[in-house]
Amino acid sequence: MSEPKSPDNMVQSEMPFALVEGQPFTEMPTDLYIPPDALEVILEAFEGPLDLLLYLIKRQNLDILNIPIFSITRQYVQYIELMHQLNFELAAEYLVMAAMLAEIKSRMLLPKPRVEEDEEGDPRAELIRRLQEYERFKQAAEDIDILPRQERDFMPVHIHSESGIAEQQIETVDMRELVLAFQAVMARAELKTSHSVSREVLSVKDRMASVMRHLQSGKTTRFDELFTPAEGKQGALVSFLAILELLKAHALELVQNQAFGPIYLNLATE
Amino acid sequence: MDNKQIKHIVEAALMSFDEPLNVHHLKQLFDEEAVSGTDINRALEQLNEDYADRGIEIQQLNKGFRLQTRPQMQLWLDNLRQKKPRKLSRALLETLALVAYRQPITRGEIEDVRGVAVSSKIVHYLMDKEWIEEVGFRDAPGKPALLGTTDEFLNYFNLKSLQELPALAEIKDFESFEQSLDFNQPQH
Repeated sequence: MSEPKSPDNMVQSEMPFALVEGQPFTEMPTDLYIPPDALEVILEAFEGPLDLLLYLIKRQNLDILNIPIFSITRQYVQYIELMHQLNFELAAEYLVMAAMLAEIKSRMLLPKPRVEEDEEGDPRAELIRRLQEYERFKQAAEDIDILPRQERDFMPVHIHSESGIAEQQIETVDMRELVLAFQAVMARAELKTSHSVSREVLSVKDRMASVMRHLQSGKTTRFDELFTPAEGKQGALVSFLAILELLKAHALELVQNQAFGPIYLNLATE
Repeated sequence: MDNKQIKHIVEAALMSFDEPLNVHHLKQLFDEEAVSGTDINRALEQLNEDYADRGIEIQQLNKGFRLQTRPQMQLWLDNLRQKKPRKLSRALLETLALVAYRQPITRGEIEDVRGVAVSSKIVHYLMDKEWIEEVGFRDAPGKPALLGTTDEFLNYFNLKSLQELPALAEIKDFESFEQSLDFNQPQH
């Protein structure tokens, strides 16, 4: 982006007082000299073209409502040219802003028709609106940063406990509970089997059918009601396997109303 | 049940639950009808008085009360902490500010104000922290998601409600300013 020739630039060029990467510098920078290495760091700190523009305006204590568009544009373009020289990957947004500034600048160079005063407002109006809007939220972000923040400024006090607030029904039963309940059944079966009696072979398939029949009546059945102590260990095992098979097939549902309470069986609701 | 006992139970409850507790929760502590909301509020007030010269305080949030350390204590707590919380970048804070003040807002609208693209990393971080969430979709081409802040945002930034956010700066009116300017004076 090159400067259009303005009368200022027509005067005989001064001797450059410095050469930076082959570029002659004829004017002392008006602000503190920033070495290119440092500039790289500074430029990274800008959050975008609006932020860079705001910085340029604030640095010179200019009113945001009355930006000298010519000098600001020149400085802005100088900055992005420097970024370019430093092989900075320029975000497209910076170039869009440069184009916008150039457009405003050229529109301001045009003589303003006296008659249609209201037809066209100040060409800077949109830019100023955006700068102001951005400035508000830049400030808001700083305000939020100051708010007391968990971890940084305070810690919630709590003694670690696993429990949440009032869970009233435990819906699912985990396998451990089921095995514990089965153990109780087995223990009871043990008491009954003082001597071994030969009996007919029990089939898991038959038992599955009988459990289903039992539940078909629709009423909820306690887990241990499905076991017949007289059948002994083997019978209990067959019943347990049958229940597990039915659970696997999603034919049954287990319900427990409180931790360590009795487990109930239902037909699966589909 | 006397007030002192209610106070002790409320204090223990505030300490032992992760999430802020409201008066309704705290009433659930007592199975009798004898303890009213007024009793709970009185207990909370008395606790706050008790904590006046202690290192902890009760903070009222949107969804309840939380017991927390006083910010003045943090300097000392930090000495013992291994990991300091990470600093929030300006880009992140600006994005968060726009969501907080302008919600519901789309990513495109955030980009309009900030003048740069919103990085997905930042949006993901904010969502991961559960400070912002999608609250709906704008009825516009592409159906862009609308973003808003959450209760977790209020909790994390110690706010009772969005009204407690610091006020936004006033916009200076360009129109009225323009009239005071003479446009034909040479610009530099």
